[in-house]
Amino acid sequence: MTLWEIDIYPAEGQPDRLGNAVSVDAADLGLAKDLVVSAARGFLVQGELDETQAKQLARELFADRVVERTVVALAGDESLTVPPNGKPQLLHVILKPGVMDPVAQSALNAIADFGLRVDAVRTLRKFWLPETSAETVRALASRILANDSIEQVVVGPLQFDHLQLGSPYQFELTHVAILDLDDDGLTRLSREGQLYLTLVEMQTIQNYFRELGRNPTDAELESIAQTWSEHCSHKTLAGRIAYRDENGEQRFENMLKETIFAATQRIRRDLGPDDWCVSVFEDNAGIVRFDDEYNVVFKVETHNHPSALEPYGGANTGIGGVIRDPMGTGLGAKPIANTDVFCFAPPDISTADLPPGVLHPRRVMKGVVSGVRDYGNRMGIPTVNGAIYFDERYLGNPLVYCGNVGLIPRNKSTKKVMAGDWIVSVGGRTGRDGIHGATFSSAELTSESESLSGGAVQIGNAITEKMVLDVIMQARDRGLYNAVTDCGAGGFSSAVGEMGEKTGAEVWLDKAPLKYDGLSYTEIWISEAQERMVLSVPPENWDEFESLCSSEGVEASIIGKFVETGRLQLKYNDHIVADLPMELLHDGRPPIIRDAVYEPPVTAPMNLPVAASIDLNAALCKILGSLNVASKEWVIRQYDHEVQGGSVIKPLVGVDNDGPGDAAVVRPVLSSHRGIAVSCGMNPHYGDFDTYHMAASAIDEAIRNCVAVGADPSRISILDNFCWGYTDRPETLGSLVRAALACRDLAIAFGTPFISGKDSLNNEFSYESEGGKQTISIPPSLLISAMGQVEDVRKCVTMDLKEAGNSLYLVGLTSDELGGSHFALVEKLNGGQVPKVCTDRAKQIFASVHQAIQSGCVRSCHDLSEGGLAAGLAEMAFAGGLGALVSLADVPTDIQGAVDVAALFSESNSRFVCEVPVDRKANFERLFDGLPFAAIGEVTDSGRVVVTGSAGVTLIDSSIQELKEAWQSPLRW
Amino acid sequence: MSTPRVLILRAPGTNCDLESAHAFELAGGKAVLVHINQLLQTPSLSNQYQILCLPGGFSYGDDISAGRILGNQIRHHLQETLVEFKSAGKLILGICNGFQILIRSGILLADDEHGEPATLTWNASGKFEDRWVKLAVDGHKSVFLNGIQSMYLPVAHAEGKFVTRTPALLDQLRSEGRLALRYNSLRATNGQVPYPDNPNGSQADVAGVCDETGRVFGLMPHPERFVDPTQHPRWTREGLQEHGDGLLMFQNAVRYFG
Repeated sequence: MTLWEIDIYPAEGQPDRLGNAVSVDAADLGLAKDLVVSAARGFLVQGELDETQAKQLARELFADRVVERTVVALAGDESLTVPPNGKPQLLHVILKPGVMDPVAQSALNAIADFGLRVDAVRTLRKFWLPETSAETVRALASRILANDSIEQVVVGPLQFDHLQLGSPYQFELTHVAILDLDDDGLTRLSREGQLYLTLVEMQTIQNYFRELGRNPTDAELESIAQTWSEHCSHKTLAGRIAYRDENGEQRFENMLKETIFAATQRIRRDLGPDDWCVSVFEDNAGIVRFDDEYNVVFKVETHNHPSALEPYGGANTGIGGVIRDPMGTGLGAKPIANTDVFCFAPPDISTADLPPGVLHPRRVMKGVVSGVRDYGNRMGIPTVNGAIYFDERYLGNPLVYCGNVGLIPRNKSTKKVMAGDWIVSVGGRTGRDGIHGATFSSAELTSESESLSGGAVQIGNAITEKMVLDVIMQARDRGLYNAVTDCGAGGFSSAVGEMGEKTGAEVWLDKAPLKYDGLSYTEIWISEAQERMVLSVPPENWDEFESLCSSEGVEASIIGKFVETGRLQLKYNDHIVADLPMELLHDGRPPIIRDAVYEPPVTAPMNLPVAASIDLNAALCKILGSLNVASKEWVIRQYDHEVQGGSVIKPLVGVDNDGPGDAAVVRPVLSSHRGIAVSCGMNPHYGDFDTYHMAASAIDEAIRNCVAVGADPSRISILDNFCWGYTDRPETLGSLVRAALACRDLAIAFGTPFISGKDSLNNEFSYESEGGKQTISIPPSLLISAMGQVEDVRKCVTMDLKEAGNSLYLVGLTSDELGGSHFALVEKLNGGQVPKVCTDRAKQIFASVHQAIQSGCVRSCHDLSEGGLAAGLAEMAFAGGLGALVSLADVPTDIQGAVDVAALFSESNSRFVCEVPVDRKANFERLFDGLPFAAIGEVTDSGRVVVTGSAGVTLIDSSIQELKEAWQSPLRW
Repeated sequence: MSTPRVLILRAPGTNCDLESAHAFELAGGKAVLVHINQLLQTPSLSNQYQILCLPGGFSYGDDISAGRILGNQIRHHLQETLVEFKSAGKLILGICNGFQILIRSGILLADDEHGEPATLTWNASGKFEDRWVKLAVDGHKSVFLNGIQSMYLPVAHAEGKFVTRTPALLDQLRSEGRLALRYNSLRATNGQVPYPDNPNGSQADVAGVCDETGRVFGLMPHPERFVDPTQHPRWTREGLQEHGDGLLMFQNAVRYFG
């Protein structure tokens, strides 16, 4: 047995990609200037290889000989530690044992294809640094080179001579002594065992086992903790809440059910026979009708806590996980589009100002974007929509929302587990990764989370998931299984527990294929190892199913049987390691009862400056350059947004393909012209004023984005994703309930159903500082994602101005609503009124805009949001490479007195700017009869955006180059 | 006209198979998806086809380097089959990852005594990018580019920078007319197309290369992503073309057997 190390360096004259990236990051984070780093990627290969064979692998497999050179030697050999010129310090970065290493796994198979015998491969990275202080080396290692939660840094030569492969497992049944614990003991057990259950829940479990007269096994306790976790059961929001606000008190038995679900039920009832919802809040994703043949499904999830610790892996498995939701919906939907929305702290914060345990936001952002990119692109799913919001309060707790749209045949949209079916695990093997993810994501982050919960952080392997998708689609069409679900948080425990809820299940944990030896039965049961799906396969179909899987190299294993017992029984070989009634798991949790209060903050009127007193051109540029508004092209281009060939409206539009589109449109069926539009709405800044209006505005924004490209407003479905702080505090929960009430009201008013949703609570970060414990809570962050439908994509429009001479119309009413606006943000103004939604008017406006687009009156259309009319016009102009000449004199408004600044920058909802050819003006105007709208100017070929005030004074006069540069430069990384 | 049969080769991580099949079908071919394991098991399957298409994606995750593992599988097990396929006068098309695989497999550019004469390596930008590029056709060698002077197509890749081992090898390929497709730009200076019009820093702006017969062709841009007029990034400004630029390539392949 030998252990070879193969190091791969760029050849003479070739760029050192890895080394240069470190230099750039070191400069960006202020750690070192002009640091020149040399880097190599390397492989440790263990097996029966002689030198000739090792060199053959280096030559023919590992290195690209046109642009790379290799060093091949036995591990520990001095030739591996000969420093390049002037860089004496060597650091190795290797993955911690058990962390997913997809490249090593592929390499193992690729070596076998050479007919060589190798039993383990590990990848490594090697960095050579110039002489520098130990402190700088430490800072580089921890802030740039490696992530402590998944990787280790070895300074100097690697010392080991063989690769650890895991050690055999000795079965031992473990019971947890719970019967005699007092309340303190129960609380301690919950925390130290990472169960994160409340005392009342622990007492309920204790009582259950006292009646049985025995202690629970560890597997039983873990099963209960996982099923009852906030992440899996949404117990807070689906619990009893007593809510008080300025309108009095309301009591909810099940808050979500009585607000958001209820709204959807009402809409479906009102639609009667025209109801186009198929399955809502039931399956892994919401399902609605698409055309005669297909339904579409939509789901958005968050992966916040893992992304805070390991941004790449967290986001990677976040998108990987949400893709499995449509795959596990009905009998399996084909994923057709991704959407990704992130919230970060501003990336320019000084490294010295970071609290302990916090990764720099720039690193978080780069890691998250790469994680989504690498998984989404490999899955072959276009990432078509997204947004990024910046706020300092996301410093310790960034948010990563990942969503997926899927397409499913109408007759494959429901599933039913049959007793007698095999429980089949398909895809990735089970390892020790991701243990306690479900319960961990329900806990607050602290500066120690990194060491405590390393196991909850994972790396994904997108190709494994793609292979699973490929066989599931074929097996679905051949009708080989009765039900499917994804293995997400809680692993088998959650997947089998949910699938077997109505029947019962017997699971043989020793049958689950493992990545390495040494896993206990409980670890197998709760591991959240990625890329696994669980299917319910009738015994008579097993042979065909198994041979389909093996023909594509996908591992499928029978790990148990669905049985008509109503119990969950786990076995390891012949030992029963858990035996619980399903009803304890699914209905046994004591209801959570919480108080919620909302006191609307007292807001002073905003002291709005008069137009003459400020430089409005500068203000507009500041808004365009503010991080929330600025171009995200650096991110968008890294995502494949055109794979699957159905791209109709891309995320970037306009004459130079770089303007900010309102919503993306794809054709999921290539032989048809029917399309799906995907958009989102979110504005955490409004939440500081009133979470009701924040939620209402987010819904309005998501819908108007969809409508702006041509989606039918009567066929838009939406999702809610609540990310909030610590909801045990009545005022934090109160702000959430208030947002949910807005969701209910707006959904009903618009006839726009919520079809699925998810919440992530306790997004707070705590650390010790000189002044004692400090806590940063995220702002209330409600993401509304919208999925619209387009009857004929050839009628879609984009937001870029098209032709000089066309008229510009402003549609909608402008009010004095600058509270939380970007104008207030860049001019540092406080107070003011937050934008509200007049639902009656908004609904009519959406319908009229849609009709105008359908009838071909509209050449371009842009929704107005951050930065108001001024920012919207600027974006339309520079995206189209054309100018605009606009007067504010006729802007429809209810403002008394000086209106110019408000007309430019107010963020009033339900507004659009439409470009209309002169010969269509009469048609267009007829459609808006009775609604607030006005012709405000025209498209010009001047290349300037010129806006005059109500008194005829020029307020804004900027070239589109200047505006575009202001918009593009901040995040041009 | 007879309908040529197109073998769309699928492997773990292939993800442009369906739209590539769709493009061939639009052009009048009959496309069938075949998994690499099937072909490895029964190489003679290829006898039933006139066109072999290696579509885009991330075969085996592009782990180690793009196209390497599948390229090696072809070297180890399907070399003979593909050489036979080629010499029977049939067509082979590699798109994006398929181009990378063709290069790695030695099917497109034969090895010399130092190994592979050229590679597709990391973009000069250091990252994956999805953007549309203008393309110009040089010469008449590639069957797929017959009658095409220029195209506008998207690229979406991280490893698309064409580099030959020596300048002489580049000159040789050029003189043989095999540098069939290149990135083009109105902003070219000294004959060099600047980023991002040349999206990856390819030598000589190479976007696609054919073999000595012109019947094997690999390119980084995605012709299957512009077969329908609504796929154009600016159709809402410029109107709908009759058909996408990429469709012609598939029609050329199908007509070759007409």
